[in-house]
Amino acid sequence: MRLSLKVWRQSNKDAAGGFEEYKLDHVSPDMSFLEMFDVLNEQLVVEGKEPVSFDHDCREGICGACSMYINGRPHGPLRGVTTCQLHMRSFNDGDTIVVEPWRAQAFPVIKDLVVDRDAFDRVISAGGFVSVNTGNAQDANALPIAKEAADDAFAAAACIGCGACVAACKNASAMLFVSAKISQLALLPQGQAERSIRAEKMVAQMDAEGFGACTNTGACSAECPKEISLENIARMNREYIGAKFSSSAV
Amino acid sequence: MATSSRLDAKIPQGQLESKWSKYRSSVPLVNPANKRNLEIIVVGTGLAGASAAATLAELGYKVKAFCFQDSPRRAHSIAAQGGINAAKNYQNDGDSVYRLFYDTIKGGDYRSREANVHRLAEVSGNIIDQCVAAGVPFAREYGGLLSNRSFGGTQVQRTFYAAGQTGQQLLLGAYSGLQRQVGMGTVKMYNRHEMLDVVNIDGKCRGIIARNLITGEIERHGGHAVLLCTGGYGNVFYLSTNAMGSNVTAAWKAHKRGAFFGNPCFTQIHPTCIPVSGEHQSKLTLMSESLRNDGRIWVPKKQNDNRPGNEIPEAERDYYLERRYPAFGNLVPRDIASRAAKERCDAGFGVGTSKLAVYLDFAAAVERYGRGEANKNNIHNASDADIITWGKAVVKEKYGNLFDMYKQITGEDPYEVPMRIYPAVHYTMGGLWVDYNLMTTVPGLYSLGEANFSDHGANRLGASALMQGLADGYFVIPYTIGNYLASEIRTGKISTDHEAFVKAEAEVKDRIDTLLRIQGKTSPELFHRRLGKIMWEKCGMARNAQGLKEAIEEIRQLRRDFWSDVKVMGTANYFNPELDKANRVADFIELGELMCIDALDRNESCGGHFREEYQTEEGEAMRDDENYMYVSAWEHKGLENWELHKEELVYENIKIAQRSYK
Repeated sequence: MRLSLKVWRQSNKDAAGGFEEYKLDHVSPDMSFLEMFDVLNEQLVVEGKEPVSFDHDCREGICGACSMYINGRPHGPLRGVTTCQLHMRSFNDGDTIVVEPWRAQAFPVIKDLVVDRDAFDRVISAGGFVSVNTGNAQDANALPIAKEAADDAFAAAACIGCGACVAACKNASAMLFVSAKISQLALLPQGQAERSIRAEKMVAQMDAEGFGACTNTGACSAECPKEISLENIARMNREYIGAKFSSSAV
Repeated sequence: MATSSRLDAKIPQGQLESKWSKYRSSVPLVNPANKRNLEIIVVGTGLAGASAAATLAELGYKVKAFCFQDSPRRAHSIAAQGGINAAKNYQNDGDSVYRLFYDTIKGGDYRSREANVHRLAEVSGNIIDQCVAAGVPFAREYGGLLSNRSFGGTQVQRTFYAAGQTGQQLLLGAYSGLQRQVGMGTVKMYNRHEMLDVVNIDGKCRGIIARNLITGEIERHGGHAVLLCTGGYGNVFYLSTNAMGSNVTAAWKAHKRGAFFGNPCFTQIHPTCIPVSGEHQSKLTLMSESLRNDGRIWVPKKQNDNRPGNEIPEAERDYYLERRYPAFGNLVPRDIASRAAKERCDAGFGVGTSKLAVYLDFAAAVERYGRGEANKNNIHNASDADIITWGKAVVKEKYGNLFDMYKQITGEDPYEVPMRIYPAVHYTMGGLWVDYNLMTTVPGLYSLGEANFSDHGANRLGASALMQGLADGYFVIPYTIGNYLASEIRTGKISTDHEAFVKAEAEVKDRIDTLLRIQGKTSPELFHRRLGKIMWEKCGMARNAQGLKEAIEEIRQLRRDFWSDVKVMGTANYFNPELDKANRVADFIELGELMCIDALDRNESCGGHFREEYQTEEGEAMRDDENYMYVSAWEHKGLENWELHKEELVYENIKIAQRSYK
């Protein structure tokens, strides 16, 4: 396959960025999208140009590092697939592909296609946990959990924290990410003790990070590579409102 | 054979079953006021690092944690699929701490330390309790209790799991505990930082040199103890199931500063990975061992059979694992399953375009599950089509994400055609040598999880890596570190102005400058590929003395080429992944040489180390217990120069036997 690439290049957080155009002549349909970028980078090194920086690690669709905005969609054209699992057979010979970083105020660009997602870590630090120190646990089977609840909690916990939801949202809202964690712990008995305070604190941190508000468009869930359900946002809203009715803390 | 005087494993006296409980009751303690003044550096935030950092902070120590990724949640533990073992005996199928201990020692082909493995089995149950308490959503039965499945090398069901994403759920559990401490200010987290050296003062480890990968700044960090939880070195083979960033640099720097490297040649080749599709391949993807619970592995009985798998009739299929190993069948340990696949492919029975693949087939499982569903729902006249539909639904629930991933990568639908799989590098049993306290040969420098050599001998059993990572971090280091830190309470804050820090920092900067100055013609990536090719061909699934000797020479030449011809783009004072890569590849090249030297030294076959000269007539690994029942601990003496120290392995509680899964 022959391809044209328009790739966002930006040397650092404060620099002005812009698109650069590259041509690739020998792309195999069996390559993954990131392997295609490996080929591009090898070519750039040979030409004495600096390679394109992009985040990636496991290349198995689970670590959540990869984060390319491809032809106007986070992680590209396929549903339920991360950039690293996207293969070139999803494109056609002669295509022009436009690749940008996640764009959101809370995710500043570090370089080229690499953005800073520390805001997500801070949201988790605000309450995305069960406060149980190591060594305090009772026997695991002393706490039966209905299979349906465990399955629903797992479905929410499958979030990989990539930030595609934020990138997809016209308001750069992080509601899907935050609600997935709030849901997981609200659905499980282990999460009950801190249920209210968790919702309050995580939402407060989310707002403090500069993520936008949710207007129920649903782009986040449609573009989520793990297909995290919008129901989580509904649940988070219930949790938050419930918490506010009885709040004494925040 | 006697253990080298340089190695003291510090194994507690007494009966195997009571060593750990007695140790815990007698190990020196550090009082809470003193803990606040003791700083611990944790490098790496996978299962071992995240659980250790969180737990030590809970205890009151001051912790600094480092990861090269943009968040601790991305450490490669996240990609573990199948499960985590624990001797809970929830299935009432005869499991016990002793059986888990025994299976692990036997699975490791009698090359691991009894006391460490028994401790691992003892704490395995606590791990499951801890994870459930932290909100990890393990798979459950309809009655609400935890579900289990089987993994290779065992005859009980002791593996706990969360679909095919167990590593993800466990890591996110440990990560949330870590972030809780970060939020409380008891852990200071350094994302996008790479450790580039350890700093020793007066024979004790006192800190690290790290590079801020965003700004390029070189930083000094002091601490009373340093924990390397930096994972394995499978990427020395270029193609492996490891993440792209997984590297040996932290462990290697420690090795060059005095930490002995244990059993470097013990590499695990995992039998069920998606085969290589072409030259462009950047990494390989595992298909979880859990698939061998239900999938049957076969090749055509006829050589060079080009018919699609679906069209080969039952009578013309060779279920070679079930044929060779009737007692364990498709669930033999990984090393055995991998070699059996290689043997069939080398003999011309391989499938797919490359002929370097075998089939993993779910047709029988789909039918079995479909009939089970029909029975459960009291349907006695179900059509074959209905049974297959229901069976596929059950398989989807168990392995859905793996099947989707296979389809994404290969473009084939595994619900319709059998999967093609082939062995690939997956895990390294070798690592930094540690004693019972998980301390390396450098006082104050510890190694946890895959980064150490301790528990898996010459072959790791499936679902035991997650167990070891969390055991080390949650339940071992919080006790054993007190043994050392109790004597550090008078040390005071570690000053990073000490000349050892100045010198180490200067050396790190000098190396970076050298890398950037060479401006040769070859990218770090290409050097990495060349190294991988040498390692895979001559130090991979099968090794022999001739090949290893050649490999050592080739790797030495490669190192010389690297330092005269590498081309690193960009500069050192900003985000530059090419520079990071060059740094890592340089260390992989040196490690590769040591791995070959170790493999050449070990004139026997055991576990994942298969020397072609040492095999039975049936092609099984032939150990030499008389001469090689030891841990190889290599001391770095200089360029191309290592000294071997041996730790004799003593088995007092297990009868050594030829490993048999027949």
